[in-house]
Amino acid sequence: MGLEVTDLRVYYRTLAGDVKALDGVTVAVAEGEIMGLAGESGCGKSTFGNSLIRIDGRMRHVGGRVILDGIELPIADGDAMREFRYKLVSIIPQYAMSALNPTRRIGRMIDELLESRGVRHQELRTELRRRLLLVGLPEAVLGRYPIELSGGMKQRVVMVISTLLDPSLLIADEITSALDVSTQKAVSQTLVQFRDEGFVRSMIVVTHDVSILYQVSDTLAIMYAGRLAEKAPTEELMERPLHPYTRLLISSLPEMGVRFEEERLAGIPGAPPSLLNPPTGCRFRTRCPLADAVCEEQPPFVEVAPGHAVACWKAT
Amino acid sequence: MLTLERASKTYRVGAFGGGRLVAVRDADFSIAQGEVVSLIGESGSGKSTIGRMILRLISVNGGRITLDGDDIAALRGPALRAYYRVVQGVFQDPFSSFNPIFKVDHAFSLLRGLHGGGLADEAWRLRVDEALASVGLEGGQVLHKYPHQLSGGQLQRVLIARALLLDTRFLVADEIISMLDASTRIDVLNLLGDLKARGLGILFITHDLSLANYISERAIILRRGRVVESGPTRAVFENPLHPYTQQLLGAVPRLHEKWGTGPRSGKADACCYHDAITTTHETGLPAMVEAEPGHFVGCANLYGVCPGDTGAVVRATA
Repeated sequence: MGLEVTDLRVYYRTLAGDVKALDGVTVAVAEGEIMGLAGESGCGKSTFGNSLIRIDGRMRHVGGRVILDGIELPIADGDAMREFRYKLVSIIPQYAMSALNPTRRIGRMIDELLESRGVRHQELRTELRRRLLLVGLPEAVLGRYPIELSGGMKQRVVMVISTLLDPSLLIADEITSALDVSTQKAVSQTLVQFRDEGFVRSMIVVTHDVSILYQVSDTLAIMYAGRLAEKAPTEELMERPLHPYTRLLISSLPEMGVRFEEERLAGIPGAPPSLLNPPTGCRFRTRCPLADAVCEEQPPFVEVAPGHAVACWKAT
Repeated sequence: MLTLERASKTYRVGAFGGGRLVAVRDADFSIAQGEVVSLIGESGSGKSTIGRMILRLISVNGGRITLDGDDIAALRGPALRAYYRVVQGVFQDPFSSFNPIFKVDHAFSLLRGLHGGGLADEAWRLRVDEALASVGLEGGQVLHKYPHQLSGGQLQRVLIARALLLDTRFLVADEIISMLDASTRIDVLNLLGDLKARGLGILFITHDLSLANYISERAIILRRGRVVESGPTRAVFENPLHPYTQQLLGAVPRLHEKWGTGPRSGKADACCYHDAITTTHETGLPAMVEAEPGHFVGCANLYGVCPGDTGAVVRATA
């Protein structure tokens, strides 16, 4: 059934006014799909992940619906979300390394967590051990304190914990950015493995690193200034990007083999707009090489090819 | 020429400094003006320790670091100030590198002391403008702003400009790209390339292999405080000889090639060089072997294959 998000708007309340971090995001994630979500810092990608889990005091749900497996998630109501969190939708937080309670052994922490969800941990003990082994962790980690584990091990422990109740949707927020290349590879491959094993049905992987997403995700969504710019199957997005922002973003990545002396890559001039008072029309138009008068009107996010949606007047 | 001669650093760790942690062992390479040398390693490999030793933020335990033949550990007073006029560093987090209550022009003016007070206002202003211009910024854009009013990319460029205010010849760039967004990181990287063309020697410390491949002429791969492979970037990246380098390169996420589908070298778990070692260093450790001109590789004793007892690398420069 998957996830359907329609016109989601989430603002941050600040003294200076509302910061429109999510301003009309419409996206669908099919069952079994790993969707990668990429964008510059401050584009709202983490806010998107967080609002599917918990809208905290600073955030305000302004509009839009979230439907997961046919059930509408009451994302604006923190208490009502309680029964869905962890069981239906779960998150691997951005700082997974500091997500573990330092004063508890891992095993005891998991027991407490499961009890708080009304699940008897004895029932899950065998499954827990199986999954730890699957990600390459010995059972003995259950008796250890977080400080005794390396960064990559902690990351994998958190991954196992987050998916223990087989949630329908898992959000992985920048889980590889603090890791070394070889650990990064292991952790990303574990994500795919979790989907293949059926521990989670669909997944949203949020990161600024497009090359990691190319490795793990089925579809790729690019976000810019609180809105989706483009979404397409990963291969298609890399080969035939339609939105000028996606094109510039991809061409600015130093791929292996590209060298400064031979090919000088260029960044994207300018900076993303402030989301406090975002410009009207297309939000990329101030930095866009193709922008003209038509871009003063907001482009709709429309499907131009099967599974390939883009918000740009110039995309054909 | 900035040269490390078997420079080593051992940290005291644990209660009362009883434990010893060898962070860098026998680092041996040099940086000439007008080249970018990248120092690549995972966390804990000692890459930042090397940068900090060069900047004299920490002492050197063994071996020495020299600038044009003079040992930098011996520099005091005016001689040390002269050293800092020539060798400067830029670090990872631009947001915490500034004093938040100083505007940029004030932060810059703190450097005037290093010139021995011999610079007139007009000459100084010219220098500031010149430094900012070379990083692609205008004085009006940044000078009268507080650090929090600037973006990460701008701050990082201001830091580089700050380093250029002096007669800088060598720049230690420690992970300066990793906090920046994809759209601005390439501009900062290109900036390093331009500075190189102006004769700056740059030590580019990174864990990101594709960035190192893009910008540097020479690459040095560091593992657990030891250099395992070094040479011209192209040689190291296209023909990696050490199993560790091969493993690192295999883990790099690429854009048009999925992991595991590309051609993988078959020798990833054995050291193909332990037979080739003919010279041993005076300490009895196997030396670096020159596999092709300028391309050195250390013995992979770390994998339990080589005959030596503690392993690897001694000489990294020709």
